[in-house]
Amino acid sequence: MTLSVFQPAPDLPPPPGQTGLWRFVREHFFKDATSSVLTVLGLLFIYSIAEPLFSWFFLDAVFVGDAKTCNQADGACWAFVGSQVKLFLFGPFPRDILWRPSLAGGLLAAVFAVTALRLVSVRYMVLLWCALVLVSYWLIGGGYGLQPVPSTKWGGLMLTLLLAVVGILFSVPIGIMLALGRRSKFGTISFLSTAIIEGTRGIPLITIIFMATILLPLFLSDGVQLGTVFRVQIGIILFSSAYIAEVVRGGLQSINRGQHEAANALGLSYWQTTGLVILPQALAKVLSPLIGRCIALLKDTTLVIVIGLLDFLGIAKAAAQNPEWLGFEAEALVFTAAVFWVMCFGLSRYGRSLEKTGAEKNH
Amino acid sequence: MIELIDVNKWYGHFHALKSINLSIGKGERIVVCGPSGSGKSTLIRCINRLEVHQRGKIIVDGVELNDQMQNIMAVRREVGMCFQQFNLFSHLTILDNLILGPVWVREMPRRQAVNLAMSFLERVGIADQQNKYPGQLSGGQQQRVAIARSLCMSPKIMLFDEPTSSLDPEMVKEVLDVMEELAREGLTMICVTHEMGFARSIADRMVFMDGGEIVEESPPSEFFSNPKMDRTLSFLNQILH
Repeated sequence: MTLSVFQPAPDLPPPPGQTGLWRFVREHFFKDATSSVLTVLGLLFIYSIAEPLFSWFFLDAVFVGDAKTCNQADGACWAFVGSQVKLFLFGPFPRDILWRPSLAGGLLAAVFAVTALRLVSVRYMVLLWCALVLVSYWLIGGGYGLQPVPSTKWGGLMLTLLLAVVGILFSVPIGIMLALGRRSKFGTISFLSTAIIEGTRGIPLITIIFMATILLPLFLSDGVQLGTVFRVQIGIILFSSAYIAEVVRGGLQSINRGQHEAANALGLSYWQTTGLVILPQALAKVLSPLIGRCIALLKDTTLVIVIGLLDFLGIAKAAAQNPEWLGFEAEALVFTAAVFWVMCFGLSRYGRSLEKTGAEKNH
Repeated sequence: MIELIDVNKWYGHFHALKSINLSIGKGERIVVCGPSGSGKSTLIRCINRLEVHQRGKIIVDGVELNDQMQNIMAVRREVGMCFQQFNLFSHLTILDNLILGPVWVREMPRRQAVNLAMSFLERVGIADQQNKYPGQLSGGQQQRVAIARSLCMSPKIMLFDEPTSSLDPEMVKEVLDVMEELAREGLTMICVTHEMGFARSIADRMVFMDGGEIVEESPPSEFFSNPKMDRTLSFLNQILH
């Protein structure tokens, strides 16, 4: 008996007019009368807001000049921001050794680039970031051959970045440990972790910052003196760790029990199972909220203003009090907002790119 | 090789395994069957302590399974397991899935582990998929990878927990073929399955369970043609249409 051979039908191209830019615009913006009206109204609305803003930002703005030229113009005074840029970046840091925080900033940019471009393996990445923190502290704080600068002189964007980067680097691993601890089969560890997480999450960050500056010294033995920045840093790390722990716990819970079982059946120990099988998958799943927590931490550092530290936002407000340049607080705040937005948006994009790499594995 | 003596297990108040006594010799191939909820999965999961028994003794290759972590690890190193849901590590490539055990548990140099892994991937017929991720493979291929992953640990005993139950009908055979080949090589195997054709051709002994007990234990020739218990007969009538 001979069988006839099954030939699958060839794939045909889609009918014309189903693809392309014009098609996209019509589909999404001018599909019918309602959508066309909405599109026109939306454009009018955007124009009515954008037009005066654009004039203020660019057309009527003063880019070079002094307070006098600025006062005569209708637009923004970017000359003010330009004249105060060192203050914005470094706060009251001694002007003659600005190369030190500048170098630290350059190193930060370099390490971030290496991380974002994934030039080295995860292990070296962790080492690089730890080294960066140590070197930055040394460059900014001095000691060991460099002229010491007390933390009361730290400020501006430099302080914000220091608090945020160190905060993220410490709170992510601590958060992971707390999340694992909460799920531990040992009752004491689980109870302690839960107590720390829930205790911290119930207190506003602003309270924690106050407590860190006022209460922490009471617990330390007399000989130990911690700088204000250091104490605030501990508070921020504690606060952020508790939130990150809950994010990570969500990821841990979403991992199928079969993954644990397969790893156990292979003979992997608890820490091997956790580190090689469970955490990589759990963290990949919660990357988006995890990056969200990092962005939140970066923005929350502005709260250190309440204990008199002049971070990026604090210094912007201080700069606006400069008698030579009175009345340009709006420009200072807009500049601050823009820089924060760029940093947060960058983090968010980095998170997206990480998510995409993860998604490729599943299809 | 494996001794189960008066093994009992409860889930809360539910008595899942009732006084199980089973002795399995080296190179023996056991097929465990029975209706769902009869305790057959629980039974084989006790053998590498994925489930903890509360009474009785389980001795695997001379090591008793108790609360001693080192005993548990010693047993798990020698016992491979394949699951109904494959349970491949979805964040690792096929090759990395295979070398994880040898590299971290056996502390084998990576290069040697890769060679080992490739030889097993070739044996199960998917060496060309080594750099893909589990999600990109069909169910049958995933299960064959899972078998290869266990074999990389050179286990003395293999446990199969319904390895074909979640596969499309077209893929069942490719997995059973691999398992039959293993059986012929003399590996000690305990297999929970409903594939009665497979059982008939490879099993040295059939174990039929119901309600957490072993109802009947006999060679396949007897088991299929001349069951001793009426419960076995009614089960066989249900699944062999």
